[in-house]
Amino acid sequence: MTTPVLSVRDLVVEIPTRKGLLRPVDRVSFDIAAGEILGVVGESGAGKSMTGNAVIGLLDPPARIAQGEVLLSGQPIQNIGREALRRLRGKRMGMIFQDPLTSLNPLLTVGEQLTETILEHLPVGNAEARRRAIAALEEVGIPAAAARIDSYPHEFSGGMRQRVVIALALCAEPELVIADEPTTALDVSVQAQIVALLKRLCRERGVAVMLVTHDMGVIAEAADRVAVMYAGRLAEIGPVREVLTAARHPYTAGLMASTPLAGHGRRRLRQIPGAMPRLGALPQGCAFHPRCDRAEARCRQDPTPRVEDCGGRAACWFPLSAPADRQEAGA
Amino acid sequence: MSALVSVRGLTRVFDVSKPWLNRVLERQPKALLTAVSEVSFEVAERSVYALVGESGSGKSTIGKIVVGLLPPSGGHVEIAGVDLATETDGARVDAVRAEVQMIFQDPYASLNPRWRVRDIVNEPVRARGGDTAGLAERLLQQVGLAAEDADRFPHEFSGGQRQRICIARALASGPRLIVCDEPTSALDVSVQAQVLNLMSDLREDLGLTYLFISHDLTVVQHMADTIGVLYLGRLVEEAPRDRLFEAPKHPYTRMLFDAAPRMDGFGREVDPPKGEIPDPINPPPGCAFHPRCPLAMERCKRERPEMRSLGATRVACHLAE
Repeated sequence: MTTPVLSVRDLVVEIPTRKGLLRPVDRVSFDIAAGEILGVVGESGAGKSMTGNAVIGLLDPPARIAQGEVLLSGQPIQNIGREALRRLRGKRMGMIFQDPLTSLNPLLTVGEQLTETILEHLPVGNAEARRRAIAALEEVGIPAAAARIDSYPHEFSGGMRQRVVIALALCAEPELVIADEPTTALDVSVQAQIVALLKRLCRERGVAVMLVTHDMGVIAEAADRVAVMYAGRLAEIGPVREVLTAARHPYTAGLMASTPLAGHGRRRLRQIPGAMPRLGALPQGCAFHPRCDRAEARCRQDPTPRVEDCGGRAACWFPLSAPADRQEAGA
Repeated sequence: MSALVSVRGLTRVFDVSKPWLNRVLERQPKALLTAVSEVSFEVAERSVYALVGESGSGKSTIGKIVVGLLPPSGGHVEIAGVDLATETDGARVDAVRAEVQMIFQDPYASLNPRWRVRDIVNEPVRARGGDTAGLAERLLQQVGLAAEDADRFPHEFSGGQRQRICIARALASGPRLIVCDEPTSALDVSVQAQVLNLMSDLREDLGLTYLFISHDLTVVQHMADTIGVLYLGRLVEEAPRDRLFEAPKHPYTRMLFDAAPRMDGFGREVDPPKGEIPDPINPPPGCAFHPRCPLAMERCKRERPEMRSLGATRVACHLAE
């Protein structure tokens, strides 16, 4: 087997606070191969973005990686220092954020921002950098790229801005791209354009993509594999079709049943009782047990299992075996 | 079923010009943004009418005009036969005002952080001099919170619980119509399910009518009886829910359905829609959708299509049949 582009092993992120140590990411492990899109889903506060930021070395202090490894093509990068990480970012790892307006500098033209990145990371001259910047804009589908390269970010629409951000993330030809809610701020029709673009670039260039989103539909259409997070832990990971149609973890099953599904009319939605616990008030035992209808004594006592402890698919002592029947669950 | 809300030829224009001195110096004309353009529809009593559309389609503006937060630039909105913008009989206006309430998108911004939940929930009744004894406690229990929560402040609640407080406040004056502007967009899916179920239960128990505004097609399909699709401030199609999803007539509706991500669309290759929503300050002539429409003809560029009936569907397209 070839080395995965990104390999995360037992990653723990800690935030020391006055009220104690919080663990927004707790013993998370996953791999992403070249040309693969790993979807990371979960509700707000599940630790999806924190995981992405930890991988790319953008944790805001005092948050820090306390344990575990982040391997980029086999090379550990979790503690190589700020300067070395800065050289990796942009060159070997690209980042796409949710809000394209805040991730672009409003005072520089998009051309200046693109050529700056290219000159920083690639051994090319000014003219060549500009040529590459235009090519990058063309590739992400910006019409009349040569004319628009000297425009400022505010002169672009939301969808076009997000294309610029994608061009910026990809212009130094990275191996890994972390896309944090890249389509959440966009309209449905533009979202479809951006998802199609991400899929095409991933396929053509063999980039490994970590796609963080809360939209199950986007995951189903774009991702090859999906990781479901809950309260900082990995609840379930596996091929997207299997996880979404035959969930093993009760949380994944509940999440699927509570999403209104096209074509099912007005049946009553299944609700997961309660809400995700706050990090400072995690229950003893499995973090999900207070909301779980399958919880038994072991779930209340033993700490949350890791996916690896339970056969590699779902982090649950009593996983669902048969495909959860949505109709039945909704009744 | 009689119509509780009747919207006829509704138009709203916003003046988004620069200050007059800039206009004079830069020799720029006034910029007028038509957010809503000649929209007509009726909401039957005890039904859920959903308005869907992308950003800039005018759906929230219509909601605000219906509750009276914005005056219309043209056209009429009648609620139970009363036009709030022109009615001169104060007693009738007052009676209708109490029957219309609104739930907003952001449960963090729509609750006063310095008021206790009891005061927030009682406000619509107290403002009219009504009796509020025990009201907040009863309403909070009705929306699935505890009576003791009345003494707490909004920051002590999660997003889903805050939206329940907003619903309790909306119910306080005993309304017949609630305008819900993206009530679950800020919530996570498992919490969204709780709120949607609560709204369905309340509708059945209290015989409410909802004008439900959303961009999320799955939520709309789950909640609505009738759906109106908006594009650039114009109503392009209206149909009963099942009919709209089975046989969308307008090319924009079809595009929207195709582009929406589907949970069972594994590895689906979408042919993404071309182009983006045009600038509402200079909308295209004729049919607003013609620059992106795969079927557009010469006529679509010149002539704005009228709304016409095709069975139970109303559609504004020259070519729909």
